[in-house]
This record gives sequence, C-alpha cells and structure tokens, in this order.
Amino acid sequence: MRHLLVAAGLMTAMAAATVAAADTPVLTVYTYDSFVSDWGPGPAVEKVFEQDCGCDLKFVAAGDGAALLARLKLEGARTEADVVLGLDTSLTATAAETGLFASHGRSPVVDVPNPVGEPGAWGDPLFLPYDWGYFAFVHDRVKLPNPPKSFEELVESDVSIVIQDPRSSTPGLGLMLWVKALYGDKADTIWEGLSDNIVTVTPGWSEAYGLFLEGEADMVLSYTTSPAYHLIAEEDDSKAAAVFPQHYMQIEVAGKLAASDQPELADQFLGFMLSEAFQSLIPTTNWMYPAITPAAGLPDGFTAPVAPDQAVLLPPEDVAELRDEALAEWRAALSK
Amino acid sequence: MARGAIEIRRAWLGWTAAGFVAAVVLVPLGAVIWQADLSGQALTADWAAVRFTLLQATVSAFTSVALAIPVARALARRRFPGRGLLITLLGAPFILPVIVAVLGLLAVFGRNGLLNGALGWIGVAPVSIYGLQGVVLAHVFLNLPLATRVILQGWQGIPAERFRLAASLGMRPRQVFRVLEWPMLRAVLPGAVMVIFALCLSSFAVALILGGGPRATTIELAIYQAFRFDFDLSRAAALALVQLVLAGGAAALALWLAVPPGFGAGLDRVVRRWEAERAGLRLFDGLAVGLAAVFLLVPLAIVFFNGVSGLARVPGSVWEAAGVSVVIALVSTSVTLILALGLARRGEIWGYLGLAVSPMVVGTGLFLLINPWASPIALALPVTALVNALMALPFAVRVLAPELARVEDDFGRLADALGLHGWARLRLLLLPRLRRPLSFAAGLTAALSMGDLGVVALFASPDWATLPLQMYRLMGAYRMEAAAGAALILLGLSLMLFWVFDRGGRVDVDA
Repeated sequence: MRHLLVAAGLMTAMAAATVAAADTPVLTVYTYDSFVSDWGPGPAVEKVFEQDCGCDLKFVAAGDGAALLARLKLEGARTEADVVLGLDTSLTATAAETGLFASHGRSPVVDVPNPVGEPGAWGDPLFLPYDWGYFAFVHDRVKLPNPPKSFEELVESDVSIVIQDPRSSTPGLGLMLWVKALYGDKADTIWEGLSDNIVTVTPGWSEAYGLFLEGEADMVLSYTTSPAYHLIAEEDDSKAAAVFPQHYMQIEVAGKLAASDQPELADQFLGFMLSEAFQSLIPTTNWMYPAITPAAGLPDGFTAPVAPDQAVLLPPEDVAELRDEALAEWRAALSK
Repeated sequence: MARGAIEIRRAWLGWTAAGFVAAVVLVPLGAVIWQADLSGQALTADWAAVRFTLLQATVSAFTSVALAIPVARALARRRFPGRGLLITLLGAPFILPVIVAVLGLLAVFGRNGLLNGALGWIGVAPVSIYGLQGVVLAHVFLNLPLATRVILQGWQGIPAERFRLAASLGMRPRQVFRVLEWPMLRAVLPGAVMVIFALCLSSFAVALILGGGPRATTIELAIYQAFRFDFDLSRAAALALVQLVLAGGAAALALWLAVPPGFGAGLDRVVRRWEAERAGLRLFDGLAVGLAAVFLLVPLAIVFFNGVSGLARVPGSVWEAAGVSVVIALVSTSVTLILALGLARRGEIWGYLGLAVSPMVVGTGLFLLINPWASPIALALPVTALVNALMALPFAVRVLAPELARVEDDFGRLADALGLHGWARLRLLLLPRLRRPLSFAAGLTAALSMGDLGVVALFASPDWATLPLQMYRLMGAYRMEAAAGAALILLGLSLMLFWVFDRGGRVDVDA
C-alpha cells in the first residue's frame, strides 16, 4: 500500500513537473544520495520551498559529500548546479581553493558546538551550516551486546565493520581524520590493525548503511543519531551507537556556485535552509542535529551521548594540510 | 591497370574504417601519454591496484580453466537430456550484463544469501563475498562457460577414431588421458588461460561492487576513482598508461596464442568413450556438470524471481535509462557493423585494437581531448556509444572475417569479372551472403553495449544514466527491490536485442 502511495506521489510530482517546466526558473541543488531518498529531507524540503519561490527546485544526487566536490571540479564553471548541499568543514578549505563558490554574505548565529572557535558565530564567508553530528559506529544491540569502546578495543576485537572511502564520502573522511586527530603519527598502526575488521569500503554512506542493515557487517560508520531513525521511524530500539572516549564531529554545509544562473534563487534557498521550516525537518529526515534548534526542541533519541568536551574537530585549514598525508597512510595500511 | 583501380576502390571502405579506428584509439592514447604524471609518487600510491589487478586476473583465469576441465570432459563424453540446451546456455554469460550477474551472486553468496543461510544452519561462520574472493568468484562465474566451450572444442577436435583405437588397445582412462587428452589440453589451455586473464585485467563493474577499498581495487577502478573521487587527471592518465601496457600486452599474448573463437560449431557431437564407461567416472562427470549447472543457473534464477516481484517497484528513471541504453546499443551496433565490414577483409588487426585498450583508457583519453573545448558530460551519450562499439569490434571482426574470406574466395573472381565492385558488390554479393554472421555480430554488439557499465560511469551526469548505471545507483541507494526489477529488465532487453538481431539473420535465409 505504501508503495502504491509512493508511486501515486511520484506520478503527481512528474505531472506537476511537466506543467511547471513551462517557464518557471529551475534551481539545481547538487546533494548526496540519502538527502534525496524518499525518506530523506529532499521531498519535504522541495515541497515547502516551492510553495513560495515561484521556481522548480531540482535536487540532483551526485554521490556522497566528497564525490560532490570532485564532480564540481570535473564540471568546472560549466556546472548546472546553483547550490551544493552536503560538503562538510573537512572539505571547505579545498572547495574554497577551486574558486567555484560565491560568498553568501550572511553572518548567522547557529547552535553548532564549535570545538575550534567561538560557539554561535559562523565565520565562513562561502559556506553555511545546515546540520551537524558526531560520527560513531552503529551496531545491533541484540547481535552485538558488548561493542568495542575505543579504537584500540575495536582493533583487538574480531568485530566486522563497513566504512566509507575518505576520497568520496564525508563520513569516510571524518573517520580518517578522527583516527589522525587522536593518534597522529601512530594513525597508520590503528589502520593496519583495523584492516582485518573491515569487510569492505564503500563509496558512500548509503551503500555502507545498506550493507549493515543487510547484515553484511556487525558495525557501520555512521552517526550517534542514526539509532534515532530506527527508534522513531521504525519503532525499533535494537540499534545503538558505540560510545568511544572521543568522537569526531561533522558540520555539514552548503554553498552557492559563482557560475550560477539563478543567484537570487540560490540566495533565497540558503536563507530558507537556515529557517525554522527547513531546520525543523532535519532531525527526523536527515537524522542529524539541526544547525539552529527548532522552537519545538529535539525529538527523543537526540539526547547527546557525547559531551562537548568529548568532541574532536580539526579546523578546515589543518584538514587541507593533513589530508594527503593521512590519505596516503590510510591507503598504504589498508592495501596490505 | 583496370584491376588496380578496382582494388583501390574496394580498399576504400577498409582504409576509412582502419583510419577511423586508429584515430579514435590512438589520438586518445596520445592525450593519455601527454597528460600522464609519471612521477614516482603517483605510481607508488597505486602499486596496490597494479598488484591486485594481476593477482585477481591470474587467480580468476586459472580457477576458471581448472574448473572448466572436468565440465568440458563430461560434456564431451556423456550424452544426457538437456545437454544441447546446457551448451547453448554456456554461451549466454558472454552477453549477460556483468552487474546482473553480480546481483545474482550477491543473492547466493552474500551475508544473507542462500549459502550463508545454509552455513548458518550447520553452525559455520558466514563467508564474505567482498574482496579478492568475491571478485574471483564473479570472474569465474562469468568466464567458466567460456573456458568450458573452448576446452570442449579441444576435446571435440580429437578424432573419434583415436578413442576407438585406444579402446581396442585396452587403454585405461589414465593412459587415454596421457596419450590423447593431455596433448590436446596442453595446446588449448594456455590460450584459454590467457584470454580469461586478459578479460579480467580490465574488470571494472565487478571490482566496483565487490571490490572496494584499497585492498581490492583494479586499475580500471582506480582510473575511475582518480576521476570521480579526486578529479586528478594526470594520475588517471598515468594509471591509464599502466593499464595500456598490461592489458595491451595480455591481449597481444592471447591473440598470439591463437585461441579458437569459442562461439564454436559442432559442439553437439558426443564421441563414444569406451574407457570412460565406469560407474565412478560416470558419477564424477554427473557431479561436474550438475555442480556447474547449479553454480551458473541458481544466481540467474534468483535474479529472475526477485526481478518479477521487483518490477512493480521500478521507478520511472529505470524506464528512461532503459530507453537511453537501447539507443546507445543500436548506435554502437551500427558503428561496429560498418567498421567490421570495412576491416574484415584486410584490416583485421585494426579491429583488435579495441582489445588492447580498456574502456577506461579510451574514456580517459577522450575526456582529456574533449574537456578543453566542450563539456565531456554533454557528449556522454555519443562517447559511450563509440567506446562500446570499439569494445565489441574485435568480436564482430572475428565473426565476420572468416565468412567474408570464404565468400570472396568463392565468388570474388566472378564478381571481379562482372565488374561488380564498391556499393554494388556489397549489396549484391556480400550482404546477402554475410547475413548470418552479420546478424550474429550485431546481436553480440547490441547485447554487450546494452549491458556495459564502464565508460558511462566516467561521463554520465547525475540526471541521466544507462540502465546498468541506474541499476548500480539503485543498489547503492539500498533500493534492492527496484534494483532487482531493473536487473530483470536489463537481462530481458540484452537477451531480446541479441535474439532479435540473431534471429533476423536466420529468417528466410536459404541454406
């Protein structure tokens, strides 16, 4: 029945799109796959934004976060994208260097804990945050009642994990930086130790999480908020995030392309992104902490298992410096 | 004098075709060499990919051939109901879209698949399909039938009289093997191993889904990653150069070992084998054929049944992608046929250029050439059709060349005497007589192009896709039911294209 409804919805949407295509302006937003899935924020965001933009909001799924940036470099100034949504602060320095992004001209106050600077103020002139979270390994409480509590324990255990490729995926990149931030020069020994736990490395978060749900691995690199999805959307409390002494943070951002042919609409979208309407959708569709806490507060399952002093985040400039070295270590250790 | 003029005119199509193939292969290669970053640093990082590519191709080739020997022997010396059908089916994986095969294998060997379900019942720890073992498994699945057919041809090449003589001399199976079968195998096996090794060297789709991670990345996949993950063109070009040397070398070696084409005729003959009429050997042969049939058919059966229930969940994008794929398949089929006709007489060697370069190598070169002038993304459709055509060209030339030679030998002098040349010769003499091999080549090309997931992954924009690529995206987005439906559509379209073309060549052809 649900699928019939989805099919009916799709048909209506397609019909509406054909009518709208006449001469309404199109705002193209490149984003990652899970954002536009049926259960992701995409459909609802599109509906609300299109109510008063007088435009057609077109989400294009172009792979996971880091692959989005490669896609933009590949397309260069010819890109059809007006806005890119789904990079994170580990990528913003590299993204800024491409010269493809335009300034957003805003200085919002956000509810994003910032381990490296002033909380609240947002200083990046090119990118705006829309949500954030803590990376964590998610497991099934029934199948794996006693998950490892640190990287050392994970290395020692025979627990199998699925992770993402740091070159194409922001969670994959986050995990690589997490290990690098904690272990520095010894990061490669951690990776060598992890290599026999890793079932496979997927290009994006969706593939990895899918494999975990299929039972291909005991744990998957995801977020501390992922179990809330199962709890709220599926009334299933069997999933949990393994708590480590420290968790790497992710702040997801969006930016406007300098070559956009719809700069006003792009600005309007970025403004909408920080509004209550968009932000209140985030917790139960993208399953992340919203950048600005909605008036209604956060749903159950979002009580942070991670205290602010457990959070780790490398500043964008440091990432740009560390990335190549950390990536070489990662590749060397995992190809043995 | 007059004859010379005719020769020149007849050669026109050949020269144009050869020039075209050379241009679309060699010019991109030039671009690759020009752009390649051959500094030590770039290549050290990818050494693991080179190692894995060689390792998986070696293991896949030897495993496929080793497993094919007992199956081919059983098919050569046993007669049983369904034998002919089984041999026909052994030709099918050649046109089976790789991604469909992988989906079927996941359903059998994945963590929640049949095998691990059975292992769980008897309390054995589950096995993983990801990594080297999965890549090899898929390559064996795809190449075991090819190996079986090639080796079966070898067996059928041993004259029946020899076996009769061996029987009258009272030879035991071991002696028959040593005297008759081993010399044949020694002649056939190196070629079979080399062909499969060469095919596995350029494996992309299998490694994309079942490999993953620095430990299980082929060079083809690494080229794709250099584009898609890093957008590092000079590294992509360096990798393409490495791939050119490896795959080109392997293809040359495989051609030099001169393997029979393996589409084979006369595989339906069973030679009576007196020495093999023992219960033990009978059981062994039965097991070999039975296990091979189960291994090859169960994944496909699951694809079929899951696909039927998944059809209702297939989103509209799948049907759009199917349309795109059919158009690409038809375009590449036309291109391949024209080129193959031009090259089949004298330029065979040019046709084999496609074997020496992998899709990602040509794709990288074309990207480098197009990028400064136009958006490669906008040209994705023609580029995909062109590369697919090039990749199918060797097979088409291989099918056409002997037939064309036969027609020219039989009728060439008469046609020359009648002054039949150029277009008239093509229309009145060649086309009618080449209808069967042409249709077969067209069927092969269309099916190969339909199922290909390669260069399109490099070029496609996010808002359109070919059917294999769309299916891969659905799998990545964890929409397994829709992916299963797409797999069935893809399988159906590939087989249908092959059937329509191949049949079309047989209808009302006299003799």
